[in-house]
Amino acid sequence: MIREFSSVDLIFIAMAIRWTLILSVIAFIGGAVGGLALALSRTAHSRALRWLSMSFIQVFQGTPLLMQLFLVYFGLAVLGLPIDPLVAAAVALTLHASAFLGEIWRGAIQAVPQGQSEAATALALSYRDRMRHVVLPQAMRVATAPTVGFLVQLIKGTSLASIIGFTELTRAGQIVNNATFQPFLVFGTVAVLYFILCWPLSLLARRMEARMRLAVTR
Amino acid sequence: MTEHAITMRAVNKYYGAFHALVDIDLTVERGERVVICGPSGSGKSTLIRTINQLEAIQSGQIVVDGIALSGGDNVAKVRQEVGMVFQSFNLFPHMTVLENCMLAPMKSRKIPRAEAKATARQYLDRVKIPEQADKYPAQLSGGQQQRVAIARALCMKPRIMLFDEPTSALDPEMVKEVLDTMIDLAREGMTMLCVTHEMEFARAVADRVIFMDKGVIVEENPPEAFFGNPQNERLQNFLGQIA
Ligand SMILES: Nc1ncnc2c1ncn2[C@@H]1O[C@H](COP(=O)(O)OP(=O)(O)O)[C@@H](O)[C@H]1O
Ligand SMILES: [Mg+2]
Repeated sequence: MIREFSSVDLIFIAMAIRWTLILSVIAFIGGAVGGLALALSRTAHSRALRWLSMSFIQVFQGTPLLMQLFLVYFGLAVLGLPIDPLVAAAVALTLHASAFLGEIWRGAIQAVPQGQSEAATALALSYRDRMRHVVLPQAMRVATAPTVGFLVQLIKGTSLASIIGFTELTRAGQIVNNATFQPFLVFGTVAVLYFILCWPLSLLARRMEARMRLAVTR
Repeated sequence: MTEHAITMRAVNKYYGAFHALVDIDLTVERGERVVICGPSGSGKSTLIRTINQLEAIQSGQIVVDGIALSGGDNVAKVRQEVGMVFQSFNLFPHMTVLENCMLAPMKSRKIPRAEAKATARQYLDRVKIPEQADKYPAQLSGGQQQRVAIARALCMKPRIMLFDEPTSALDPEMVKEVLDTMIDLAREGMTMLCVTHEMEFARAVADRVIFMDKGVIVEENPPEAFFGNPQNERLQNFLGQIA
């Protein structure tokens, strides 16, 4: 039975934003931890670490996020570990974000002149102190804009979790559309909500990039 | 104690297949000032960078201040005793001058903040830029930056100082202020190993001048003999070019 799109539906969709946000935050935090580990491994002395981290990044950058989601969700189920769609989506998105942030941050670390790390080494600073006090603070300035840019991609990427049945923003739209069959209205609303989430971040990223460029040319 | 400040025995260093240091034997006594010169690419930087193991060696032995450079622990100890000044300053741009000078003493030597700050101010005073302490490196001239770099190294209270062409990146009018700082340091008895082409500096403070070519120590002598009576033909050519 088909019914009219009503304020109840709008509230239902708007409430689903919280799952989109929760998923984004989990994936971003997990991805930040994984990405830092990958970036440090990619720039490490050890050949094995460099090779392992590069392989990880290439696999996750070179395959569709949807396949990663399927592998985690259905793969683990086949192995006798049926998991909650939220957990599956969080795991897959974390791995995905780790790979992308790892690559962004590797570039940022390598953009810090070699002499910085050498001076810190000559001052008898440990690897940890070198990274923490000398290299990473400088890399962060380079990395902030592309990191925020990636966060926008990540928020939009969470919509794929709808396919394994996780009721975030996109899936809430699908559910309402199935009942009302007003796709333009329903998905238009969903799209506007994504835009409201992402647009300020895109603006922020662009402003940071402009400021970076100014700082570099100065 | 009779042990030397630096001893290098049969040191060989390769970059891939390229033989950058060939059977280097070098002894530097405590309090000695040694100047290294030679054409570009002759291995001068490589040599002094092996002393604090910014570059690893493939064979031979290096003993610094009685500590053999081998295990990881020793390397850290040696680096605490050896300060280094680079051609390109390499100050930390995101920290003030004072913070640049405090970081290593606090983190590596575990000196309390207040004491590190006092030491930093004392050395900034000695390199004659106490008033720049709260500025960022980018706000200073090249000569001032290099003096900060010297102060930063001295804050670790090293027993040996290495200089790798400290004045080569400077505008001519700033060379003197940096050389004067180095001369002061030499007069105070610091053990110094300086790669430089500033022959005035070599004449003024060096106990010994070393000429390197193609990864080999070709000639070494006190400045009078080194400049007055060079033996090797390559050194004669070299001195002819820079004079
Ligand atoms: N990281 C490196 N990898 C490969 N070759 C290098 C490296 N560093 C220096 N070399 C080579 O080793 C030689 C000596 O370099 P260097 O010690 O910097 O010379 P100098 O300081 O006397 O100009 C040069 O031929 C240089 O090209
Ligand atoms: Mg050099």
